[in-house]
Amino acid sequence: MADALLSVRNLSVQFTTYGQTNPVLKGVSLDVPARSQIALVGESGSGKTVTMRAIMGLLRSPPAKVTSGEIFYDGRDLLTMPDRERLKLRGTAMSMVFQDPMSSLNPVFTIADQMGTILKYADRRLGRSRSGRERMARVHEVLGQVRMRDPERVARSYPIMLSGGMRQRVLIAMALLSEPKLLIADEPGTALDVTTQAQILKLLKDLVEERGLALLMITHNLGVVRETSNYVYVMNKGVVVEHRPTAELFEAPRDDYTKALISAVPRLTGGTSFGNAGAAA
Amino acid sequence: MAQESHPKTVPTAPPRRLSNAYQNWYRFSRNPTAVIGAAIVILAILAALLAPWITPYPEHVGAVVNFRARHLPPSAEYWFGTDNVGRDIFTRVIFGLRISLLLALVVLGIAIPVGTTLGLLAGYFGGWVEVVIMRLTDIALAIPPLVMALAVAAVLSPDLINSMLAIAALWWTWHTRLIYSITRQLRTQEFVEAAETLGASKFHILFREILPNCVSALAVKTSLDAGFVILVGASLSFLGLGIQPPTPDLGTMVASGSAFLPDYWWESVLPGFAILIVALGFNLLGDGLRDLFDVQEVR
Amino acid sequence: MEFLLFLFRRILWSILVLVGLSIVIFAIARVVPGDPARMALGPTATAQQVADLQEKLGLNKPIVEQYGMFIAGLSRGDLGRSLLTERPVNDDIRDTFAATFELVLATITLAFVLGVPLGVAAARWKDKWPDTLVRVLAIFSAVTPSFFAALLLQILAGYVLHILPTTGRLPHNMEFVAGITGLLTVDSLLAGRLDVFGEALRHLLLPATALALATMGQIARITRSSMIDVASQDYIEASRAFGVPEPIRVFKYMLRPSFVPPLTILGLEFASLIGNAFVVELVFAWPGMAAYGIRTILQKDLNAVMGVVMVSGVFFVLVNLLIDVLVGFVDPRVRIRGSR
Repeated sequence: MADALLSVRNLSVQFTTYGQTNPVLKGVSLDVPARSQIALVGESGSGKTVTMRAIMGLLRSPPAKVTSGEIFYDGRDLLTMPDRERLKLRGTAMSMVFQDPMSSLNPVFTIADQMGTILKYADRRLGRSRSGRERMARVHEVLGQVRMRDPERVARSYPIMLSGGMRQRVLIAMALLSEPKLLIADEPGTALDVTTQAQILKLLKDLVEERGLALLMITHNLGVVRETSNYVYVMNKGVVVEHRPTAELFEAPRDDYTKALISAVPRLTGGTSFGNAGAAA
Repeated sequence: MAQESHPKTVPTAPPRRLSNAYQNWYRFSRNPTAVIGAAIVILAILAALLAPWITPYPEHVGAVVNFRARHLPPSAEYWFGTDNVGRDIFTRVIFGLRISLLLALVVLGIAIPVGTTLGLLAGYFGGWVEVVIMRLTDIALAIPPLVMALAVAAVLSPDLINSMLAIAALWWTWHTRLIYSITRQLRTQEFVEAAETLGASKFHILFREILPNCVSALAVKTSLDAGFVILVGASLSFLGLGIQPPTPDLGTMVASGSAFLPDYWWESVLPGFAILIVALGFNLLGDGLRDLFDVQEVR
Repeated sequence: MEFLLFLFRRILWSILVLVGLSIVIFAIARVVPGDPARMALGPTATAQQVADLQEKLGLNKPIVEQYGMFIAGLSRGDLGRSLLTERPVNDDIRDTFAATFELVLATITLAFVLGVPLGVAAARWKDKWPDTLVRVLAIFSAVTPSFFAALLLQILAGYVLHILPTTGRLPHNMEFVAGITGLLTVDSLLAGRLDVFGEALRHLLLPATALALATMGQIARITRSSMIDVASQDYIEASRAFGVPEPIRVFKYMLRPSFVPPLTILGLEFASLIGNAFVVELVFAWPGMAAYGIRTILQKDLNAVMGVVMVSGVFFVLVNLLIDVLVGFVDPRVRIRGSR
């Protein structure tokens, strides 16, 4: 799938801490075609978060070091392109939905301030310009798109004034500000209660489908995988152990690790409680 | 399980005691600031204790006058030079350390037991005990120790004992606040609750369960504080409220030497550096202990 | 609304602290072994003179009544009469407080203007040379006694380099009467006297630096650790992922939440700052409250001493209230919830 929107080829990353070097990713490959919904599933420590951070260019080196591989976005290798070019893509063409709504928003600035700042510098990187008023209009528009009832009021608020679910929607809105083509979601809603998480995932899926975005969902939760993806990569100990269409994986897992993973989830027989809650929302 | 347990098997607190003394010593010895700090502190204490035997002119401690040798710059004979009546400044500085260290010892000797006990009580019992004690610390915090010492000196008489008492009367606040915050965190922990369930006495819980867990924080705080008490004491004697002449006192020496600035700079600058070095020693030691025990809450 | 409640609560506590303070001060003044009137007048005074003064000061009334009088006076802002200057203590303190206030204000400004950027630099280049430099600086500034820093600065800038004046607030030959604020730097600007302003500033520089050193080191240290703490927060990582440039991240998103701990530290350390101001004023012959305080203390002038301690305490309490307001302004969590 060389024509995929995002294509990770044979990526290896190692971490050096206290003089010890550990390989964390060992030749990971995955593809995210345009308009597809892909899940990357694994336990903590499997390397899924490092993969995500490598794609977003958020790895800090040291201690991290990419030892081999390429990450193609739209046919261009992110790892070899100049920093300036890469910055143009980060937060704009490819954007990220953060995991923890309680800690991912700056507590001392209003939502409008934080979203406005993101938009301002995204515009600047892309060579666009908008007046402050136009920026605010866009902020309100996106907050409306994530189904906020009163976008103006939300924009004026500080994070502490919003509920967890609302903050998570703000995080989604932030990712959507510059109309990305690829959305990377890092277990959104795990910090919330089950019902709210279901609503958030439903919202995310709707938005992705409405706007024709590609979604890469990073998660450890197979329920989430089933609800939000049609193709899945399973990671364990820094390698992709299995990748197939989601439905197929749940019917007949091939890899032993995947089997163990699936059997560890009790609610997979019959309808998931999670799916019902999502439908009710 | 709990019913079967004898009070002796109360799950005791996991205090960072010196159980692995060697490991602690190893980590301590690898921390250069801590080692330098400890070296300075030990040297200062030894010098103060052995002052009569290691100083070149121990008789210069008193009201000796030697006008031929007045205002001499530092030399091989007089390492720190001589003062306006011809006394060896090095000798007087070493003897001056005695007063500074004594001050720290007395002030902290009063402030630590008082402050720690109040902090334990406020943190463990809460309620009106907490309100009364913590409001008292708020009041004490509002008075500058130096100003308090001045005021006490005004109504009593300006001497060392009164100054020490005045400083100690305010210094306990810092220990109370520290122990209070630790105790509040520990109060709800399992080993304390277990001891409560088993009917341990309040005294046992406060002093045998909670206090041992405050020891490392106290050690850090004590070391840092010793430096600061010495600084406040030096400021007092600089203002003329310390021990009365001719007994050598570092702050007093800086004050009297400053009358001869800038020509005879050594008379004030070198005793000043002596204060700085001793305070530095305690500070570095405190910093090193903080790294060693990993107690971030202590400033 | 919650913020008003929070402030209201803080004001109540402050009043309580002040009442406690007044009791402490009163107690100190009355534990005198011996008779304040006798002490003030000296051993040569006659019994009649002592009795007269006792009568005048109300020393022959019951102790509770004396405290009542003291409090009544305080609530009217009346600190009684100084035995030394034979003027109301209020007037004496008003004349000298402005100089102290100007010095303390300049000190705080200096401590923040230097301390915060140093702390930011140390955090930005953690474990590199700027960090080491700031650490050494912070330790040395903490262990240098203020009077010694004052003397060293005086020697260096005044006697060796001859670049700055070492005593007083203005040159002796300069005619200028302070106006409404009592702060020479402000009053001179209001009066349009730039020459006076320049001189006032030059005189202020050395004492303020000597006094600011300790606080500056603390602020740099706290700013550093709180910046490092904030830097590891998810929201900073998020702003990085959204492509917010580093200068904005550091100076806006990290600095503002990091600003609360240094402010709190300033509040706690303010008492020792006032204490140190006493010593520094003495070294630089700064005509402030300290000089007055020390003079009256040596004369056993009780009313004046109590006044000076009380005013120091009130100053401390007011500064801490102001800091609470500032913290609420910086951190909406305090404003909205009344806590962090």
